[in-house]
Order: sequence, then C-alpha cells, then structure tokens
Amino acid sequence: MTVKLPIYMDNHATTRVDPRVLDKMLPYFSEIYGNAASKTHAFGRAAEEAVDKARVQLAKAIGASSDKEIVITSGATESDNLAIKGVAHMHREKGDHLITVCTEHKAVLDSHHALEREGFRVTFLPVQQDGLVDLAQLEAAMTDQTILVSIMAVNNEIGVVQPLAEIGKLCKKRGILFFCDAAQAVGKIPLNVEEMGIDLLAFTAHKMYGPKGIGALYVRRKNPRVRLEAMMHGGGHERGLRSGTLAVPLIVAFGEAAELITAKQAEETARLLALRERLWTGLQARLQHIYLNGHATQRAPGSLNVSFAYVEGESLLMGISDIAVSSGSACTSASLEPSYVLKALGVNDELAHTSIRFGIGRFNTEEEIDYTLERVVEVVTRLREMSPLWEMVQEGIDLRTVNWTGH
Amino acid sequence: MAYSEKVLDHYNNPRNVGALPKDDPTVGTGVVGAPECGDVMKLQIKVGANGVIEDARFKTFGCGSAIASSSLATEWVKGKTLAEASAIRNTDIVQELNLPPIKIHCSVLAEDAIRAALADYAAKQEKHG
Ligand SMILES: Cc1ncc(COP(=O)(O)O)c(C=O)c1O
Ligand code: FES
Repeated sequence: MTVKLPIYMDNHATTRVDPRVLDKMLPYFSEIYGNAASKTHAFGRAAEEAVDKARVQLAKAIGASSDKEIVITSGATESDNLAIKGVAHMHREKGDHLITVCTEHKAVLDSHHALEREGFRVTFLPVQQDGLVDLAQLEAAMTDQTILVSIMAVNNEIGVVQPLAEIGKLCKKRGILFFCDAAQAVGKIPLNVEEMGIDLLAFTAHKMYGPKGIGALYVRRKNPRVRLEAMMHGGGHERGLRSGTLAVPLIVAFGEAAELITAKQAEETARLLALRERLWTGLQARLQHIYLNGHATQRAPGSLNVSFAYVEGESLLMGISDIAVSSGSACTSASLEPSYVLKALGVNDELAHTSIRFGIGRFNTEEEIDYTLERVVEVVTRLREMSPLWEMVQEGIDLRTVNWTGH
Repeated sequence: MAYSEKVLDHYNNPRNVGALPKDDPTVGTGVVGAPECGDVMKLQIKVGANGVIEDARFKTFGCGSAIASSSLATEWVKGKTLAEASAIRNTDIVQELNLPPIKIHCSVLAEDAIRAALADYAAKQEKHG
C-alpha cells in the first residue's frame, strides 16, 4: 500500500483548489484583467462577461431563479454578517426579535451578539442529542416580533443536516424571513432555495474546491422581495449591497467550482458515502468505546465526527500527525473549553475532549482511508495503554464515582 | 502547535509507562486532574528502605505536553530522596521541555502528581508505622 503523506482529511476547514478551477481563473490575472465596472472598453466588458457567467453558475448551483439574486462577498463570514445585520437593520420597525441555533458558526452567533448589544432580542435554540433542531421548539419561539430565522444547512463540526424544507415552511407560514448558512452544504447535499423556502443563503468558494476569499449571499427578489441594509458603502457595486471592485479571477473560479461540484454531485456523494462507511465500520470493528457525534444518517456525505473515549484528542492528533484532521478538544484551540457544538449535543466534556473530525473530500482515496484507519487504531490502542482512565475502566471502576481533583 | 523535540521524544518513547501495585505500602500513588478538563495524570513511586525512590510509573490522559511532562517527572524522581523529589517545580519541567505558555498547566499537573504520590506514600507510612 503506497499513499502519499501527509494526507489531507480536513475538508471542513477548507479544500484544495481543483486544478480545473485554477486553470479557468489564471487568465483573469494576466490577460483579462479589466475592471468589471469599466463598461466603456473591451477589457472591462470581457471582465463583466466573465462575472455574469459566474453569477449564472452560482445561481444555478442553489436553484435560484435569477442571477440577479447573487451578491458577491468575500466569503461566508461576510455573507452571514450582511444577511443577519442587513435584515435586522432594515426591518427594525417591523420587529426586534431574531431566532437562531446555538450550534451555528461563530460568524452567525457573533452577528447576533452584536445585534443584542444594539437592543435586539435573540432566541438561541438548543439542539437535540442528534444535533438537529426541534421544529416544535422553533415554532414555539416565533412571535409577532420575529423578523429573521437563521439556521445553517450543514454543521461544520459534526456534519448534521438541518430539516431545511420544514424550517422554510414554518417561516413562510409566519411571514418570517429564513436565512441559511450553507457554507458546508452547496454541492454536498440536495439544496434548492425555491423548494426549501430559503430567502437568504450564504456560501463560499473555499469549501467547494475553489479559492479562499470569495463567497456570495443569495438574496431573494420575489415572494417576497428581501430588502437589506448594506454594510459596505462605496461605488454601489452589487446593486448597492456590497461596494468594492469585483475580484474577477476569484469570481470566475467560484462559478466554475460551483458548476463542477453540482454537475457530479450524485456520483461524488455516493463515492464519499462509501469512503465514510469504510472508515466508520472499520473503526467500529476494531475499537471499543467509540461514539459517533451527530445524527447517523442526516449528515453530509464526507463528514464523520467520532469520540474515542479515554484518549485525549490532541494527543491523538499528535500520534497521527501525518494525517490532517481536527479535534473538538479544548487544548487544540486557544480557549480551554471543549467544542460548544458537542456540548450543545449534550456530549459530556470528557467525551468532547476525545473527539476527532474527519472531513473526507474530492481528493481522498480508498487507500488513504485504509491508511487512516490503521493509524488511528494503532495510536488509540497505544494511548489507551497509557491512559489512567482506560485502566480504571478495565478494573471495573465507574469514572463518575471517582472524586477528581479538577481545576 | 509546534512541539519541541523533547516533547516529541517523550510522546513517542514515553519512559516508565505502567502501574505499580497500589496496595504495596512502599508505593505512593497520585492521581490528579479530571476527565472533564481533558487531563488526568497518575504517577506512582516506589520507595526503598533507604528513603530513595527506586522506581516510578505513570499513566496520563491528556495532550502530548501532559504526557511528556509526566514521563519526564518519572525520570526525574527516580534515584531522588523524598525531599529532593518534593523540590521539583513545574517551572523546571517547562524549561526542560520548552513548553509554550498555554501548556504550562500540563507541567503544573505533573508537579501536583509528584506531590500527590509523595503525600500518599507518607500517609501509608504513618498508617503502617
Ligand atoms: C458553516 C460555516 N459558516 C461560515 C464559515 C466561514 O466561511 P469563510 O471562511 O468563507 O468566511 C464557515 C467556514 O469556516 C463555515 O463552516
Ligand atoms: S492536558 Fe490540556 S493542554 Fe495539556
């Protein structure tokens, strides 16, 4: 078995730019370098044409009815901010209440926190043990003052897919706008803004084999027409919603990446599912006391988040240092708290410290999965041999009855 | 996180992993930390008739720096008297392993583990006279 090391299996964090995407974008640095707003000469018009084409590709990828509904941004973080603050500021006289979920990305959570400081009221819904929102709870949280519901499509840590169509229906019924952060979702799960009743949707190129630093916000133009307050003021680009000279090469690449990932979606989904199953069933067959975090089937195809009880996540990462994955353990991040997403699922801190996120993507192979499986089994086994918790469990001690000297 | 050569060495070749019989009156056992905090260390010492630590063992649930700190601690206590062992400070461990600031608590845990093992041994001696 020969695999090239190190292996990249952290495709939730970012993805490699597909060579086909790179090929398409390069001429826009060196040959077609005009400003897309310079409509008076050929350089500008060629750039504008390229942007128009990308906009159509982007609209198509999410089932939007018009390319005029695509607002180009610098990424999902900006799209999240623009959607949430833009709607809140525009609709302040209509209501002061927003609803979101406590497992959202920080860009969504912190945008809401900023609005709270301005006097808006926010409901942060909990999730169930499988990571999904409870629709009855969502409905119960809606009031006459609610102007926006923000719920993500695919969670970036655990990969679970929220029931978007049902959420869209509930929002429509109450006349509330529905914003969806789909950074991890476009091209990975079935997604259609019309069928799902999504009014605003954030996405980003670097999670779909495109470049970093470019994203978009879908803003519905019909039934209803969504109005937003801009955050970036200037030359009036993007219909006044986001001023700034368009990054033509990045936009071209984004469009191409979106078209590529949706064109082969069914095939790629099947392939990724098979790889994920191979890894998960392999781990289960060879290791005891491992737990899947998040719903077993309602998840993006390349996503697997596993707790390896009695082995601390960071030490596990260190042992498999030739495989790039990430950990929900506190000690890997700057904060000393374990993942807030796992906590929200009710995963106890002890197990949260032992979790690893595998993000399988387009460039991963079966050989890489097999290598990863071998390495993880080997390192978990070695670390358990040196884990005092494992020793206690082998001796039949219930860890909950131990009087720890925690700090 | 970039690990120092010494942390990597202890992580890859931990010294003195294992367990000593914890009911043996010449063995002191210290368990510190908590699973919820992501780190638990168990350190054991075996004390000879001459009052010198003749053996030590550890098991650690924690990050690589915690594993390295406890591995180093077992190396250091061996051959020391009880008084010498109790003089080991976490700052010595930080220096030896080149730990960055966010990993200082791992070394504190190792110092705590040594003290807990010494205290357990002392308590046993008192009981057994
Ligand atoms: C769900 C989600 N939202 C937002 C973002 C931020 O995206 P970007 O890096 O494009 O700003 C990410 C990626 O980190 C994400 O996973
Ligand atoms: S055990 Fe938590 S950072 Fe070392």
